Amino acid sequence: MTKFMVRYLLFVLFMSTSFFSFAQEKPEMADAMRSNGKIYVVVAVCLTILIGLFIYVFLIDRKISKSEKEV
Amino acid sequence: MDVPHLFILNESIRNLYFHVCMWFSMMILFGVSVVYSIKYLAGFNLRNDIFAVNFAAVGSFLGILGYATGTIWANYTWVTDQNQSLGSILKEPKLIGAAIALLIYGAYFVLRGSFTDMDKKARISAVYNIFAFAMLFPSIWIIPRLVGSLHPGAPGSDSGNPALNFKDIDSRLRMVFYPAVIGWTLLGVWIATLKIRIQLIKDKTLLHD
Repeated sequence: MTKFMVRYLLFVLFMSTSFFSFAQEKPEMADAMRSNGKIYVVVAVCLTILIGLFIYVFLIDRKISKSEKEV
Repeated sequence: MDVPHLFILNESIRNLYFHVCMWFSMMILFGVSVVYSIKYLAGFNLRNDIFAVNFAAVGSFLGILGYATGTIWANYTWVTDQNQSLGSILKEPKLIGAAIALLIYGAYFVLRGSFTDMDKKARISAVYNIFAFAMLFPSIWIIPRLVGSLHPGAPGSDSGNPALNFKDIDSRLRMVFYPAVIGWTLLGVWIATLKIRIQLIKDKTLLHD
């Protein structure tokens, strides 16, 4: 019986330590931007500029087509 | 191209070719705009006013892109990785100064829109444009360099003063950075000239010179 108790206690101890160490680990969440030396920050910045430029040029295009109808 | 290996920045140092170039091209386009405003005031030729307003418009657009890219960059270098609180980001003099500068230019377009008389519009907005350009220097160049800031260029920052002192930029970065400034500026000038040509065609009857 005592053998069983010791085993059981050891098992619980082992489980709790493993659980504890698991809790200590840094949660890996939404860290894509920080992977590969933050290269995706550069990607995000490039995309912002590209999308911004596209929107701006699209607005100019719309202005031209509007004035084309007037002429 | 290899880049300097730095803590916190890591590969995001490559944003120098985008974020910083936006602000540099914005300064150049605003400079061109103010030259045309002065030319307008010298001879009251409406053609110069059209040049001035379109260069200012593309300049402000690049400024907005510079601000947007700066927020992304700051989020991954200041907020999380240096554990800066939101309060210290909101107190950041470079951000406040840049916001003031862009808002002054926003007021320039509001001012233009509020006039119905073309000559009065051109004349007052040309004077305002000179004021707005003059306000750029204290708000984005001088004050952030006098007071403490997370942005490079602040007194006592490890990164030195990379925008004004070319010795503070690594030579590997300079090899891409300077051509990139020229390239982005030329792109801005191209978009501005497209807008100017449209406006010139529209106002053909008004200009007759």
